[in-house]
Amino acid sequence: MSKILIIAEHNGVELNNSTAKCVSCAIATGGEIHIAVFSATGNEIAQQASELSGVTEIINIQSADYSHALATTIAPEAALLAADYSHVYGPSSTYGKDLMPRIAALIGVNQVSDIMAVKSSRSFQRPIYAGNAIIDVSVPADQTIVATVRNASWPAAETGGSASMREHTATAERPTHTRFVELASEGGDRPDLQSAKRVISGGRGLGSQENFAIIYALADKLGAGVGASRAAVDAAYVPNDMQVGQTGKIISPDLYIAFGISGAIQHITGIKDAGTIVAINKDSEAPIFEVADIGLVGDLFAIIPEIEAAL
Amino acid sequence: MAKLNPLDLYDIRSQLSEDELMVQDSIAAWVDERAVPLIAECFDKARFPTELIPEIAELGLLGSTLEGYGCAGLNYTSYGLICQELERCDSGLRSFVSVQSSLCMYPIYAFGSEEQKQRWLPEMAAGRAIGCFGLTEPQGGSDPANMKTHAKRDGDDWLLNGAKMWITNGSVADIAIVWAQTEDGIQGFLVEKDMAGFVTQDIHSKMSLRASTTSELYFDNVRLPDSSRLPGVKGLKGPLSCLTQARFGISWGPIGCAIDCLDSVLKYTEDRILFDRPLAANQAIQIRLADMARRITTAQLLALQLGRLKDAGKMQHTQVNLAKWNNVRMALDIARDARDMLGGFGITTEYTPIRHMLNLESVITYEGTETIHQLAVGRELTGISAF
Amino acid sequence: MKILVGIKRVVDFNVRVRVKPDGSGVDTDGAKMSINPFDEIALEEALRLREAGIASEVIVISIGDSSCQQQLRTGLAMGADRAIQVDTDIHLQPLAAARTMLAVIETEQPGLVILGKQAIDDDNNQTGQMLAALWNRPQATFASKVVVAGDTATVTREVDAGLETIEVDLPAVITTDLRLNTPRFVKLPDIMKAKRKPLEVIAFTELAVSNDNNIQIDHYAPPAVREKGIMVDSAAALVTELKSRGLL
Repeated sequence: MSKILIIAEHNGVELNNSTAKCVSCAIATGGEIHIAVFSATGNEIAQQASELSGVTEIINIQSADYSHALATTIAPEAALLAADYSHVYGPSSTYGKDLMPRIAALIGVNQVSDIMAVKSSRSFQRPIYAGNAIIDVSVPADQTIVATVRNASWPAAETGGSASMREHTATAERPTHTRFVELASEGGDRPDLQSAKRVISGGRGLGSQENFAIIYALADKLGAGVGASRAAVDAAYVPNDMQVGQTGKIISPDLYIAFGISGAIQHITGIKDAGTIVAINKDSEAPIFEVADIGLVGDLFAIIPEIEAAL
Repeated sequence: MAKLNPLDLYDIRSQLSEDELMVQDSIAAWVDERAVPLIAECFDKARFPTELIPEIAELGLLGSTLEGYGCAGLNYTSYGLICQELERCDSGLRSFVSVQSSLCMYPIYAFGSEEQKQRWLPEMAAGRAIGCFGLTEPQGGSDPANMKTHAKRDGDDWLLNGAKMWITNGSVADIAIVWAQTEDGIQGFLVEKDMAGFVTQDIHSKMSLRASTTSELYFDNVRLPDSSRLPGVKGLKGPLSCLTQARFGISWGPIGCAIDCLDSVLKYTEDRILFDRPLAANQAIQIRLADMARRITTAQLLALQLGRLKDAGKMQHTQVNLAKWNNVRMALDIARDARDMLGGFGITTEYTPIRHMLNLESVITYEGTETIHQLAVGRELTGISAF
Repeated sequence: MKILVGIKRVVDFNVRVRVKPDGSGVDTDGAKMSINPFDEIALEEALRLREAGIASEVIVISIGDSSCQQQLRTGLAMGADRAIQVDTDIHLQPLAAARTMLAVIETEQPGLVILGKQAIDDDNNQTGQMLAALWNRPQATFASKVVVAGDTATVTREVDAGLETIEVDLPAVITTDLRLNTPRFVKLPDIMKAKRKPLEVIAFTELAVSNDNNIQIDHYAPPAVREKGIMVDSAAALVTELKSRGLL
């Protein structure tokens, strides 16, 4: 019977919903599910974790050394705890990607990165080549499975659970060679169009260079890059290095939202590798709706404020 | 078995050495990152991207086959690959490098005094001194033996009089390599831009090679010290040997244009749907695409063997004549065909074929017109000059 | 101090890979191969540290068969001082790769090891972290800025919440993210100069690295075909749908 330890992610105040997604993956894997919470003081995070449905036990590990989530400080204790488990899961967030491989190395195993799907308790699906190939992998029976859970592939587990809680005193040495300095919550510059994970684009439907301001504003709220169709570039609403399409940039963000773009084939060529394509256009016959994963017919000038309100 | 690369059907890459691959890949990366984003606008505005000159020089693109004097000392196949990658972007870009390297640095290197080499070659390799090559004249390009520009002895100096036309880099050049009639036959002179009596005039309204400076040069009693004269060669073989150097690069360059055109139309015909199917499913289109690939492949093989011959020291000028003729004609015809396949989209510089098409009208004309090269091969075959 | 930079030979990022029809692998035959883009950024950072006088020597290392010498020579042409090829036909997984790097570190004693955060073929994002763990040294992953002063490095990292800055004692492992720098282009004269720089070949079998606890790859498949889309009827419904898909 599998016993799965999930390393929780939180910001000191709130449990990150990536942890709930790890629970869904653990449920699909099958077995008894525990969550380890490493924090400075207090039970709040552990309490939130205990409410996740499907979880049996929360292990609360407190130390001033854990006041910032540093991989070097957390990994040693996590590796010790892992000895009692068949699986150790973490989220495929920057936190989990930083931490989990360090745990895997301390245990002496390779890691399964970015689980998209569970095929059996020891066999998983994950993406390689930026998702251009999907592989089925399995971990031989004598090895602890250490894995990160791909955020976009899993729903958050339901709440309504009531896991038991226990305190655990960390015994592993916590190195002092790595020290937190600061966290700047504003990312700074808008992400580069070519490499951004999210892109918002505007087309001729924006009507003017001034109107493009609402696209930039929404992009900044979403931490997204900004692109445009050829029509918007030709009309001089935006400079031509923002053109997305066959003769502009070919991009593959996880999320692409097109406002007021009809979807000429040259534009589609530029986005056909995007993870999820969303289209908003007032013309229900616009060709872009044939390729969009999610379509919304309506006036973009009304819809953009509504989206911002719902975020 | 791997899928064939449509742009390299006969896997020319597998015939390149590791160094040659590195040359091709590093120049291709620079071209894509730095030159391609600017070039359509440069063509539209009829300007050469002079802001790229420092980088072009720093990369070692100027005089890349020369040994010493701050040059890279690469083999000729590498030079050919450089031309191909530059011209995949624009013939004007490649012309700048050809002129500087093969027509200006080469004659100084081959025929200049040590003092001239020391004075000019490092500066030219560094892009701080730009050269131009004055051979063609307003009344005749194909017949250089009958050039009218002349230099007459005046004491220890020479007085240069005449005019040259269709000179790439003319008005931006710090130094012009000017070929002139003398009592001792045609000789080459290094004319510096501020010398009294030397003026340049840009040629406007060009519809071809717009991202390149093309000028006329006028010499009105320009006084040149004898130290300006290239001492190492007399006669037409001087300028013609420079042309052979440049023509070598020009045999490779247009392959880049053709590859770029084929790449454009392959992508376009894959996505463009007419009558419920992609253009690429249409027989007429496939036949044209196949023919482009056939002609590109033969040009690639021709150029590669030419490179191997030159690197072995065995290349003869007729072999260059044939390659320049074949490969430029191939590229011009492919560019026109590609433009047609793109329909209305093909008439702006958003897509590249029309720009290549227009540029190649100059490339098929300069460095020997098609006819000149055909007659050179004819003379080789028959032993009779029909010029 | 010495900086060790790990570089991996991968399919060029412009190449669209295809899965073999029998699902046994990805077809890379004849594909253009390049240095992993994140590793180029790692090398660029090391070169800048040497140019600033902070490092004295930059060593590039690659694990693979003799074909990776092409990438090592490109690294030398970019400016690295010498190269090491750990020769093996086996495609090592991150743990064995980290153990291999550690064995070389024991000889070379670098002050800093800089790796790309992940290879664009396997997309594992593990080797740097594993190396740091085995070496018992700090890891500063997804670096977008590196400042080295004396015995410490202050590294700004790209994290989900923004930019986190940490301070690490050297020696340490840094992994690079995209925004750290823009790698320089190879200069042609340096291609010729690179031929004279040392390239050492070490047999993997000589390093006493155990290659165990590997994960098995059972099957390769192409990505799922895009399914027919859905329509939503309001902005609120759109946001709900995107949140449920983990995209917002």
